[in-house]
Amino acid sequence: MSKGWMLATFFFVATAALIVVGTLYPVPSALAYAGGEGLIQARAATPEEAATNLADAIRAQNWGKAYASLANNAQFTEQDFVHDLTGSQLSLRTNATLDHFEVFPLHAEDNDAKVRIKFYWSTAVGTLASTRDLHLVRSGDQWKADWPLEEEPVAPPQVIPVNYLRWDVIYRGPGDDWGAQDVESPHVRIIDMHPVNRADGVVILGELLNEDVVPAYVSVTATLISKNHTPIATEGSFDKISHLLLPKQVTPFFIQFPNVALSDVGSVRMAPFSTLISASADPVIEVDGEKINPAPGASLTGQVINESGRVVNVAHVLGTFYDKSGQVVWVADQYLGRALVPQSPVPFEIRIPEDLAKNISSQRTVVASYSFGGAS
Amino acid sequence: MKRVLIHLIAILLLPGAMLFAQDQNSGFPKMIEAGSAFSVHFAGSGPAKLYILSPSQAIRRDIQLGTTTDFAAGTLHNAGHYSFFVAGSSSSTSGEFDVLPAEKPAELSFIAKPSRLQVSVHNGITGAVYVFDSYGNLITSPASVHFQLSNPAGNLQSRSVTTRDGSAWTAMDSSSQQGTDKFIAEVDGVSSVRIIRQVPGDPCSLKMSAKATGQKVQLITDPVRDCNGNAVPDGTVVTFTEMYDGSQSTADVPIKRGIAEIEMPSHAGATISVASGVVLGNQIRWEK
Repeated sequence: MSKGWMLATFFFVATAALIVVGTLYPVPSALAYAGGEGLIQARAATPEEAATNLADAIRAQNWGKAYASLANNAQFTEQDFVHDLTGSQLSLRTNATLDHFEVFPLHAEDNDAKVRIKFYWSTAVGTLASTRDLHLVRSGDQWKADWPLEEEPVAPPQVIPVNYLRWDVIYRGPGDDWGAQDVESPHVRIIDMHPVNRADGVVILGELLNEDVVPAYVSVTATLISKNHTPIATEGSFDKISHLLLPKQVTPFFIQFPNVALSDVGSVRMAPFSTLISASADPVIEVDGEKINPAPGASLTGQVINESGRVVNVAHVLGTFYDKSGQVVWVADQYLGRALVPQSPVPFEIRIPEDLAKNISSQRTVVASYSFGGAS
Repeated sequence: MKRVLIHLIAILLLPGAMLFAQDQNSGFPKMIEAGSAFSVHFAGSGPAKLYILSPSQAIRRDIQLGTTTDFAAGTLHNAGHYSFFVAGSSSSTSGEFDVLPAEKPAELSFIAKPSRLQVSVHNGITGAVYVFDSYGNLITSPASVHFQLSNPAGNLQSRSVTTRDGSAWTAMDSSSQQGTDKFIAEVDGVSSVRIIRQVPGDPCSLKMSAKATGQKVQLITDPVRDCNGNAVPDGTVVTFTEMYDGSQSTADVPIKRGIAEIEMPSHAGATISVASGVVLGNQIRWEK
């Protein structure tokens, strides 16, 4: 009994002591997550501190505090500021949270400075990075940032004619007899497949064609078979593919097998999967100004333009890279954080491994798009 | 309780009794057509129990030895090998007989694959038929199956195949014209129909033209057709690619109303090409 009382008293005192310590000396990042930055008198004695305080407020989604800390907030409203960060249309950024950020000083003088903040947003499809270069000015003994507001484009009032084209599927019912037909699954074909040995494992690259006259929901699974004919591992393309293929459309696919060496692989068993799906032929998305930038920092850049009249909420850009003989040497992708407003270009940048960049001779870019209310 | 015990003993004794009674007068016909009426007669006198057993049916009847017992049509309807056992107060007997499928087919299970395929595919359509009687027994005796594939234009392909172990199959070519074909299998007046949709093949001689529209170039294909002249269906994707100054623009455009069209940025000296799937079309050098 006395031991129990002693233990209870010890826990009570220890808890009280930790509460007092945590209140008096809070960890700034924990405080930011808890939304209690107001307890800290954040003094921005340097440009880096000002940028860090601003990013902390953004991470805590304390829009009012972040907006109030800006030097140029008279030039736009708090709503404009919030829309700049989260998007005015439903997109990946709408429900994203700032996971972490990095601050890089670019230039500093007595009364003004330039700082780069790299934001890492946690989204439904993984981490998306974005960069802002801030101009900061000294105001008394404090530094304040000029926010470089990027206004989202707004489509001008107009009428965009769309010849609505859509497929719907009716499957067989439960009352049909045993031999009755069902609707045939779409016929798809792997038109290219190439295993690549990388430092972190084996990668299977390739392209899949819908050779049917109906839209298909597709995915690809690969099984690595060892030289003694036993399966090593089975993996799927997951989201490294455009799952919706219209008739005669081609998508790249990318299947990763971590911690497997190509020298251990005797053969690869490919299993393309396709099923009918209700789909729309719109929107048409044009990929403009595609350019392969050589190493260092090898990348494919360009911009995507939504040619239809409907907002595309999520766009997934997939690049297929070929060597001189036309063989696929790499597949890479990027999700765009912002929605595609009709007729407004949105830039993209897909990173290419430095060691492969010199082998790339041509590329092909496709865009998978999703609109609120269903895939399109 | 006593009756249950008797039945249980009779069932337990059945295999042994069958061994000893194989050659005795069975009283059953050796073969019975599924679902038909039949009569049995067992010598002797007095009441007895008749048990008829098969993997799918079990029947018990009270009979009088020395008299004829009638079974109504439909009593034994599952084709297969049957055993019977008669347990009387003074004697017992057993035997075996077969129930055969009815001669006349009543139902066909017709599996036709695929339900959709491209035109002009040799042996691309297969049909398999299983012939059943009115009780769902597979008719294993040979029967002639007539397959017929017809399209709306009046083209007809037909084959006659004799069933083997209750089934028959054939392969047919898809025609050169798109449309909805009827695939019919017919046996002794019983038929089954399946629909085969024949769809256009890959685009053939894909050709586009270009004209200036303000700051852009408008690209329009000619009506897209396959090599048999069938119109490629709307929704088929046509890819336009424009290459200029080391850069590239692409657009996947679905065919609408028979053609694909899009406006792309105009760059003097650009090379514009068109493709659909694995089929390449013409190339244009844009000078405006």
